[in-house]
Amino acid sequence: MNQKPLALKILDVVSIILLFTAAYLAIFVAPTERVMGDVQRVFYFHVGTAWVALIGFVFTAGLSVVYLVTKDLKWDRIQVAAVEVSVMFFLITIILGSIWARPAWNTWWTWDPRLTTAAITELIYIAYFMLRQGIDDPNRRARFGAVYVLIGGLSAPITFFAIRLFRTIHPVVIAGSNTAAEGNFSMTDDMVRIFLFALFAFTVIFVDLFWNRIRLGEAQEKVEEMKLKAAW
Amino acid sequence: MFFQETTPDTSGYMIAGYAITLLILSIYVASLFIRNRNLRQDMAMLAEMEKPAAAEPKPKKRAGKPVTKKGRKK
Repeated sequence: MNQKPLALKILDVVSIILLFTAAYLAIFVAPTERVMGDVQRVFYFHVGTAWVALIGFVFTAGLSVVYLVTKDLKWDRIQVAAVEVSVMFFLITIILGSIWARPAWNTWWTWDPRLTTAAITELIYIAYFMLRQGIDDPNRRARFGAVYVLIGGLSAPITFFAIRLFRTIHPVVIAGSNTAAEGNFSMTDDMVRIFLFALFAFTVIFVDLFWNRIRLGEAQEKVEEMKLKAAW
Repeated sequence: MFFQETTPDTSGYMIAGYAITLLILSIYVASLFIRNRNLRQDMAMLAEMEKPAAAEPKPKKRAGKPVTKKGRKK
């Protein structure tokens, strides 16, 4: 396996610094929301992780098109990496949303359109890995996976627009409003700045984890090749 | 939360949220590290297996013609 590139090592360190800086700003610097109190501070990480996860899901749909056109297994490897990292971030989004919902809505979970579409999206991508586990032939696995992710990619924009299309209690804090929402709030300038910093931080963290995961995929492929060679 | 006069203390939920975020990220990074380490071990082991096969001397070829009494040197 090749040594880790210097750029990736630097990105690892920068990602850790950005994560803790974003947490510090959200917990200690951002103003306290008057109605909800401190729990509103999870908003910065909730939206930050949702942002990278949903973009990641749409990105994987694009990668599946590239794979289906080129038939190069390299794109399949990159797609798996993107899906895995996105699933992890979206799990954080859902858990943070549930934690916020408890004091804001007085329940951990409700079958609201946004929550339901988010849960379906997460399950679709978890099922993607189960689908891959069931197919041995690499080319067939990549083809099935690409088609699955291409169709599954529709769930990301549906989740994003669910609060704008359907009647829901989920707040629309950015670029919109929802009169039926519970736990809605307006952001002050400080909140906006910290929110944008959190988005930036999670974008960098996503790129870092994605790059590390791609390298892992390359190593897995190399080991498979060596095993085949050893078997002969 | 309607008609409330003071801001409720929801800091416990906030701490739980950040702790869980950190926990999930840590577990994922640890899983990347462990998988990477296992693959390195596999690679080293497979490389070791390849080495003796490459270093092993080739078996000596038997002479093309059968040795007869006549041709044998004393």
